[in-house]
Amino acid sequence: MANTYFTEDHEWLRVEGGVATVGITDYAQEQLGDLVFVELPEIGRKLAKGDTAVVVESVKAASDVYAPVDGEIIEANTALSSDPSLVNSAATGDGWLWKMKLSNDSQLASLMDEAAYKAHIG
Amino acid sequence: MTGEATKHLPLEDLHSAASARFGAFAGWSMPLTYPAGVMKEHLHTREHAGLFDISHMKLFEVGGPGAADLLDRACPIEAGALEISQSKYTFFLSEAAGIIDDLIVTRLGDNRFMVVANAGNAVEDEKHLRALAADFDAKVDPLDRVFLAIQGPDAWAALSRAGIETGSLLFMHGVEPRPNWFMSRSGYTGEDGFEIGLPEADARDLVAKLLQDERVQWIGLAARDSLRLEAGLCLHGQDLTPEIDPASAGLMWAVPKEVRASGGFIGADALRSILERGPSQKRVGLKPDGRQPVRAGAALFDADGNPAGHVTSGGFGPSTGHPVAMGYVNTALAKRGTRLFADVRGTKIPIDIVSLPFTPHRYRKG
Repeated sequence: MANTYFTEDHEWLRVEGGVATVGITDYAQEQLGDLVFVELPEIGRKLAKGDTAVVVESVKAASDVYAPVDGEIIEANTALSSDPSLVNSAATGDGWLWKMKLSNDSQLASLMDEAAYKAHIG
Repeated sequence: MTGEATKHLPLEDLHSAASARFGAFAGWSMPLTYPAGVMKEHLHTREHAGLFDISHMKLFEVGGPGAADLLDRACPIEAGALEISQSKYTFFLSEAAGIIDDLIVTRLGDNRFMVVANAGNAVEDEKHLRALAADFDAKVDPLDRVFLAIQGPDAWAALSRAGIETGSLLFMHGVEPRPNWFMSRSGYTGEDGFEIGLPEADARDLVAKLLQDERVQWIGLAARDSLRLEAGLCLHGQDLTPEIDPASAGLMWAVPKEVRASGGFIGADALRSILERGPSQKRVGLKPDGRQPVRAGAALFDADGNPAGHVTSGGFGPSTGHPVAMGYVNTALAKRGTRLFADVRGTKIPIDIVSLPFTPHRYRKG
């Protein structure tokens, strides 16, 4: 069964079999407003926690989305190239951003569960 | 801002009640978006009517026997040649012909003019005008008004339903329809529309009436910016600054020929010498290839990788359906169709020089 984690930077991770699917939360997409472009990461890129993985662009501004843990990009959500608004309409579903193979499982322990994240956004 | 307290709009409670998301702009807490979001707000304005609270902008009344002479000194215009109710887009220039602010001047009477200035420059503008007024028989009164804009093809009909007839008022004209009201047919979206300065109590009444009309919606500052960018209109502080002159900005249409030749406005000598040798850079419209926005500050390069200029405004155009931008490029390159490259986070994005505006203006000129 998949476990879902959250970060203080308003990302979610669904972890299954050593692979995390990463996206931004509904709260984050609401803050950003209508997205018009998502700069997707290259497959095979190795990221350390805190590196910029993706840039999401709204009408007004560009915002970085950081790697929540260390790992290697194995897939990017190419559906977003033609329809970036999926992030707005389905942030935690079809609007996922990338999948990464985890290189350090122990980092998950420092992330929040859903209850903690809800408390974090108030 | 220099540590001054954030200013709040007189109608802030109405924006809060409409669930606006607020953000800071030019020292003011401003509604950036409402729940519909920037994309829908933008499109609604082009299709129906958008209501904007622009009370951060400043209205000055300039009056007295020397009022026209004062304005002729402060701006490259001939204020006395304006017909009553005629408006003129103009600027305050520095001695070096840099644009201190861009404004709209409307003649209200023989010796009375309305000046509408930008929020971020209002304090400096007032000082500038007052300092000049000492040399003329004129006085400068900053007005305490709520300032609303209603923009879009249904703007006139919505005002009419709210009891305000606009029939004979044409684009770039302004009148005083009621005591302490100033209403001009102008705006910052490229659409037909109106800007109305009025006392707070009257404004609350007008807003309530307008919002009863399903064609009218509050529109935030985010859509105001995307609308004006599609319309090719400049934002002072980005596309116009004290380092930029009207010739480089492509705004010489705002300076009448006689004024250009013989006007005694501040910056006249500098502007004439710039015109004589030709500006070294020019403002152009820019259309990035693909969907990725190219934003203010992005450096531009020619096909050989030489620096070509920079972007001053950029974002996504909800009506055009593609990214839109404007910026300054070396004069030799400033031709429609020239392909340049914009540096966005290390990637070179092809970007073409195009004519402005991106969306055609729909002003009511007659």
